[in-house]
Amino acid sequence: MILLRAIGLTLLLTMAGLLPSKAADADLRATIAKFATAANFSATEAIVRELAASGDSAVEKPLSALADGNLYIRKADSQVFIGKEAGDGIELLDALSGEKAADAAKTDLTKIKVNNGLRRTIRDTLGSLTLRAKDASVRLAAAATMFKTPDAANIEPLDAAIAAETDPGVKALFEQARAASVLVSDKPEADKLAAVSVIAARGDRDALSLLTSAEASAQGTVKDAATAAIGHIDSKLALWDAGQNIWYGISLGSVLLLAAIGLAITFGVMGVINMAHGEMVMLGAYTTFVVQQVIRTSFPGLFDWSLVIALPLAFLVAGLVGLAIERGIIRFLYGRPLETLLATWGVSLILQQAVRSIFGPTNQEVGNPSWMSGSFDIGQLAITWNRLWILVFALLVFGVLLYVMKRTPWGLQMRAVTANRRMAASMGIKTPWVDALTFALGSGIAGIAGVALSQIDNVSPNLGRGYIIDSFMVVVFGGVGNLWGTLVGAFSLGIVNKFLEPYAGAVLGKIVVLVLIILFIQKRPRGLFALKGRAVEA
Amino acid sequence: MRGNFAKITKILSAGVVAAGLLASASARAAEDTIKVGILHSLSGTMAISETTLKDVMLMLIDEQNAKGGLLGKKLEAVVVDPASNWPLFAEKARELISKDKVAAVFGCWTSVSRKSVLPVFSELDNILFYPVQYEGEESERNVFYTGAAPNQQAIPAVDYLMSADGGSVKRWVLEGTDYVYPRTTNKILEAYLKAKGVPAEDIMVNYTPFGFSDWQTEVSAIKKFGSAGKKTAVVSTVNGDANVPFYKELGNQGIKAEDIPVMAFSVGEEELAGLDTGPLVGHLAAWNYFESVDTPENKKFIDDWHKFIKNDKRTTNDPMEAHYIGFNMWVKAVEKAGTTDPDKVIDAMVGVSVPNLTGGYSTMMPNHHITKPVLIGEIQADGQFETVSQTPGLVMGDEWSDYLPDSKNLISDWRAPLSCGNFNVATGKCGGKGTN
Repeated sequence: MILLRAIGLTLLLTMAGLLPSKAADADLRATIAKFATAANFSATEAIVRELAASGDSAVEKPLSALADGNLYIRKADSQVFIGKEAGDGIELLDALSGEKAADAAKTDLTKIKVNNGLRRTIRDTLGSLTLRAKDASVRLAAAATMFKTPDAANIEPLDAAIAAETDPGVKALFEQARAASVLVSDKPEADKLAAVSVIAARGDRDALSLLTSAEASAQGTVKDAATAAIGHIDSKLALWDAGQNIWYGISLGSVLLLAAIGLAITFGVMGVINMAHGEMVMLGAYTTFVVQQVIRTSFPGLFDWSLVIALPLAFLVAGLVGLAIERGIIRFLYGRPLETLLATWGVSLILQQAVRSIFGPTNQEVGNPSWMSGSFDIGQLAITWNRLWILVFALLVFGVLLYVMKRTPWGLQMRAVTANRRMAASMGIKTPWVDALTFALGSGIAGIAGVALSQIDNVSPNLGRGYIIDSFMVVVFGGVGNLWGTLVGAFSLGIVNKFLEPYAGAVLGKIVVLVLIILFIQKRPRGLFALKGRAVEA
Repeated sequence: MRGNFAKITKILSAGVVAAGLLASASARAAEDTIKVGILHSLSGTMAISETTLKDVMLMLIDEQNAKGGLLGKKLEAVVVDPASNWPLFAEKARELISKDKVAAVFGCWTSVSRKSVLPVFSELDNILFYPVQYEGEESERNVFYTGAAPNQQAIPAVDYLMSADGGSVKRWVLEGTDYVYPRTTNKILEAYLKAKGVPAEDIMVNYTPFGFSDWQTEVSAIKKFGSAGKKTAVVSTVNGDANVPFYKELGNQGIKAEDIPVMAFSVGEEELAGLDTGPLVGHLAAWNYFESVDTPENKKFIDDWHKFIKNDKRTTNDPMEAHYIGFNMWVKAVEKAGTTDPDKVIDAMVGVSVPNLTGGYSTMMPNHHITKPVLIGEIQADGQFETVSQTPGLVMGDEWSDYLPDSKNLISDWRAPLSCGNFNVATGKCGGKGTN
């Protein structure tokens, strides 16, 4: 009996709970339906504001769909739906509940247009609506938006949110957002001074941005406090800027190292002036593209692994092409540097045009796997994942190559042939095959460099052109025939370049670096780490 | 000695006869068809953009032939490859005009290639249709500019960013590749912004080399410049290939279009095809045409293009529309003049009006530039642009910018009495100087 009554009571309560929300639902639906008749952006914006004014968190779904460009009007009956791509057509979901309603072809639907202004409005309104969301990361995002868009009207909801907040990290951000809003409100001076110190404690560019605009509009002590805080943040950021330049330099260095390391073998160790080196990098990048294409059509689940799968394939493809070039052309030209230069230049043109004929002249899209997208912060330093991984990868390739050269029998034979070809041949080493395999190794490594570079550069037939000069610069600067020289050369060129860039600009910076290298080569013709001994003189 | 001389004359005369035969043969071929020259790079760095234009010209010529040709003759395309090599452009242009006797040439992309062929076209008196948006400050009798002049792209784009819809931008980064188009465009924009009351410290100008790929420093400088408490936007004249790494870096450093929008003048559908556009949604471009424009003419053009190129995924872009307009204008002018003689066609061109793909008519003006609408589009997740703003009417191309001191007094009118490309209205003399 008690049980029955309890059930009855719960039922009643649920119904009571449902009824008003049903009514609110109908109101919201009526408002959402108005999207179909909005003639321009300002009309759409008015509807967004109306939805936001309802204060109902249910509007989050249609609003974020609108911001993402996924809200559609069905032409037949002007009903508004959330659309989800499904094959060739679009799956229509109910605008409020998100449940599946129907399917439609793209031509039967009109997308509701949004522009940046609208997206901003939606982001701001969603910010205040999601202040009390269950998920801490959503609250964090809400606080971040409110910090960037200070408004006196935000203070009240933020006060309530701060009182209810338990997570200290989110709470701190709420307080900063509140301080930002206080600065633009007409609160008394004492409150504003406190706000300035809260924001100043944050110490980043966003804080600087807020304080600068506050400084422009404030008077008296608030203005002074803001000026002082700006000076403080500025001096702190200058330090971080230097750190950032070093990081950018290291990152550029890792790219240079990757591009040059294959050349350090073909040019550095073997002495072949290989102008087709850049095209090996390009072949590696195109291999990545083909691998991703196959994965996209046949095994979409493997996309995050595409680069790992592409690595050995790129090594093979570029290595085999390298082998063919060595056996077909270069072996007839040893000891004739000018002919080698011209022949490999010709090969590079042939490879470029071949790729252009097969894949077309336009850029191909190579996607970033999720673990290579985005960035993270260390203090005020934003470090992007793709750059970090490329650095790790470049060092890894360098380590493996060093091991192969110094610790394996093959490496020993390679060095022996370079040091004294005739002596090596007398000892029973098949020098032609060592030559061929060394060249293939250099080319293969250029291929895997292409896999990494496809993540930050265009995948087009011209990809290799951009790296060939830099690669030669690194190898010559570092010292021909020395892998460590290539490593040091790449990183020092990268760092010097990035320190010059903010002052001299990218164009002049590059020229200055080139002039410095020319002067350096005058002084030390064999580069940073010159090989010593008889082999060099031969 | 005598015998030798006779032999030489014999050989020479045989050669002359043979040459005469050849010449008459080619003359006969020329009578049967009207030749149209296509001067776009099919190899080298610019092949990425120019190959498409060669294809679209072949398609337009095919279509015209299917309609019965021109003046009762078939059109014949003569394709040459200047290989992204500027001096070679001039050589190939000379070859097209002198050897192949083409009636008109459609070609060039970069300004430097156009500058390199200009003397050839005025010397041999032929016609060049130039389909790409450019920096202006030029008006030649033998050239018809079907791409946008700065006032048909750059100025309306900046106006949009200054408006409430565009976010009331107060601080400007002018980011460009280091060559003549960005330099001149940025000079015009700087003068224009200053005329609108933007203080010098709110404008940052930066240039990078061709094919630049390491944008970390530049993007963080933009971020820094944007954190001065005023709404900031980037106006980008970064050229083709360097754009992909630029946008990737913007995405990676978390610069969103809502915070710092980038307005690009050289990024079209074709450039976006090589990019994951997810993180770029909301960044802008200003053009006179977008593939997404919903008109019956455009739909037909896209369908024809897909059929011709046998690939449904290929995009269309603004310079393609420029060639579509330019080719149709030339056809109409030839019909009006009743001959393909370049001299007569040039005079017939002014005033010719043909439909463009955005639902209106484009007209050739006396300054050899055309009228076009200006569209501002936002990048969408599917790699297309969504038009967010459009000029109410057509904008007439202004070759001599009103915002540069050197060229503000210059006008161009190639019609009979004046017939001058750089008439100085202040001094009343033909032959004023522009900035380049």
